[in-house]
Amino acid sequence: MATTSHEPTTNRADPEGIAAAVRRGDRTFLGLSTSAGLMVLVVMAAIAIFLIWKAIPSIQADSANFFTEGQWLPDSDPPVFGISVLLFGTLWTSIIALIIAVPIGYGIALFIAFYAQRRLASTLAFIVDLLAAVPSIIFGLWGLYNFMPYVVPFSQWLSEYLGFIPIFANSQELWTKSILMAGLVLAIMILPTVSAISREVFVQVPRMHVEAALALGATRWEMIRMAVFPFSRPGMISAAMLGLGRALGETIAVALILSAAFEINWAITEPGGNSFAANIALKWGEAGDVGRSALIASGLVLFFITLIVNMSARWVIARRKEFSGAN
Amino acid sequence: MDLSGLRGGAPVPDDRPQSTPVTSSEAPSPNAGSRRNRDDAADPLHLTGNRLPRWVPWAIAVGSIILGLLVQVTGITVVGVAPGCVAAFAFLQVQTATSWTVEGRRHATDRLATTLIYTTFVLALVPLLWILITVIAKGLSVFSPEFFTSTMRNVNPRAEGGGIAHAFLGTLEQVGIAALIAVPIGVLAAIYLVEFGKGKFAYWISFFVDVMTGIPSIVAGLFIYTALILTGVLEQSGLAAGLALAILMLPVIVRATEEMLRIVPNELREGALALGVPKWKVILRIVIPTAISGIITGVMLAVARVAGETAPLLLVTFLAQDMNPNPVSGSQASLPTFVWDQISRGTPASVDRAWGGALALILFVLVMYAGARIIAKIYAPKAR
Repeated sequence: MATTSHEPTTNRADPEGIAAAVRRGDRTFLGLSTSAGLMVLVVMAAIAIFLIWKAIPSIQADSANFFTEGQWLPDSDPPVFGISVLLFGTLWTSIIALIIAVPIGYGIALFIAFYAQRRLASTLAFIVDLLAAVPSIIFGLWGLYNFMPYVVPFSQWLSEYLGFIPIFANSQELWTKSILMAGLVLAIMILPTVSAISREVFVQVPRMHVEAALALGATRWEMIRMAVFPFSRPGMISAAMLGLGRALGETIAVALILSAAFEINWAITEPGGNSFAANIALKWGEAGDVGRSALIASGLVLFFITLIVNMSARWVIARRKEFSGAN
Repeated sequence: MDLSGLRGGAPVPDDRPQSTPVTSSEAPSPNAGSRRNRDDAADPLHLTGNRLPRWVPWAIAVGSIILGLLVQVTGITVVGVAPGCVAAFAFLQVQTATSWTVEGRRHATDRLATTLIYTTFVLALVPLLWILITVIAKGLSVFSPEFFTSTMRNVNPRAEGGGIAHAFLGTLEQVGIAALIAVPIGVLAAIYLVEFGKGKFAYWISFFVDVMTGIPSIVAGLFIYTALILTGVLEQSGLAAGLALAILMLPVIVRATEEMLRIVPNELREGALALGVPKWKVILRIVIPTAISGIITGVMLAVARVAGETAPLLLVTFLAQDMNPNPVSGSQASLPTFVWDQISRGTPASVDRAWGGALALILFVLVMYAGARIIAKIYAPKAR
């Protein structure tokens, strides 16, 4: 951009004072906006630093291994706590959510980009985005009182007909507040993320590729498979990863619909399970000093996990921008 | 592109020149199924293969629904599956089979894919409508003038009554504080990225803005707690909540503003610069006014997004039952924490109040969304 093009002009035509004022104004503005940008980096660094600082006391006080212990008794004497169960529950619910939400999210994005009428497309996209506007506490409330009565029979069906697969088996004859329940609600919550980002890459597919495929006699599905998917694969991967990032950090809905248990349980139809974020929200009020520090330590782990997931997602999508021959 | 698969099933025109009249007499509305081939009826060369008439999928759908109803009425269960699923499964099977025999493998796959893709969109609408209708129906039953004007002070959890006045005030204050902090910083950061930013520094800021969008909300709460409350700078208060929400708002505002600034035509900037207007004035008087509607829209959407955040508020400002208009001292209620509190009390009366609070919250969010759309329409830059 012509950043400095005005300066020689003012220097030549006008007295020194104005040029100096111009430069002062520009410099102030540049300083302000640069420091605002810097603020983003400062906040990210500060989050990591402060969480590490306040997490250290509890990790030092922990009498068990922080990574392998499953119990969470930080306020007992000596403190015994570890993140293995939390890590397992967080990943397991998020993976189930991902398995459900990713194909559906891609389908929605394809529908809006290639199947719906062009005039309706933006309205339909807005409607799907509304799902992202529903606060998570409302997902929890609805999941607990309205959705669960329908998930219970589904869980029973899964365990009756597919119970020979260990993850669907249910030996407790209890069906509410299961990992599956949490996974389903998380799936609904990450749908808008997955569909919005994959739609963004779908509409960037060069029109020429699409029309060439159709002109050669491809059906619409063949066009999508041969022209759209190869072009947008990195974007689709990063859409799934950003969805995963959201699911990992979801707090209140999971806290409401997953019964907090401190055991590793693969059976998704049985009650029980836990996640980093939900555990923090549920244990915060009653926690003492070491307890809060322990919760901060678990939050730190969650922060780093989501950081890695989000950074790799952004990295995948940024790489695509450099190498695509589209623009 | 690998187009080798295309040669497979499509009948080549020379394959059966004499069969053309037969097929077109068999199908009463030939080739009606495809938009692209509408003029094939008059085409003697028969360039496309056999297509299913347009009514066939509908007929199969009706048949499947009847089958589903039969299952429902007779009570026969097929491996314990609900009648609706039986109907859906029957539709997919019959349509694919019919299409496969008449149109060939490729069109059968296409129809299957089309059906599944339409289904995914319906699947997204179901929870949205279900949630909205439930919240409205259950929330309206507790709405009353008293619900908006009273607090939860001295209200027994088992008793009816009480209201959200304290929570609504808290939400307004906390979200207002968040916006006051996040909007100037976010807009300035976006200006930096669009107008000044070049090279590595701008790249990293842009990268971390994206990464920051994905920070779990509870981590923002933990950060404010460790950085400001444990260090004694602030007590647990509405201001702390506002700061936590500001962290969540900041990346959303940067992204929205950046997008809007990027679509301001460069000719406007260059025209002003060529007239000798200093750059800071160009930004303040030309670029921002042109993009202002988009920026306001982005701000309102960001406000709507953070207004429903519960998790960070639970950490940095506790639940409160009473009106606390002072954001710098003492815990302060808010709509999401009100709902959380009422759910965890678990009595029928308090769960009713939770639904009322949920409806108030959703209305707040929807008003913001609608407002954002209206502002975007009204203040959209006029073409001169």
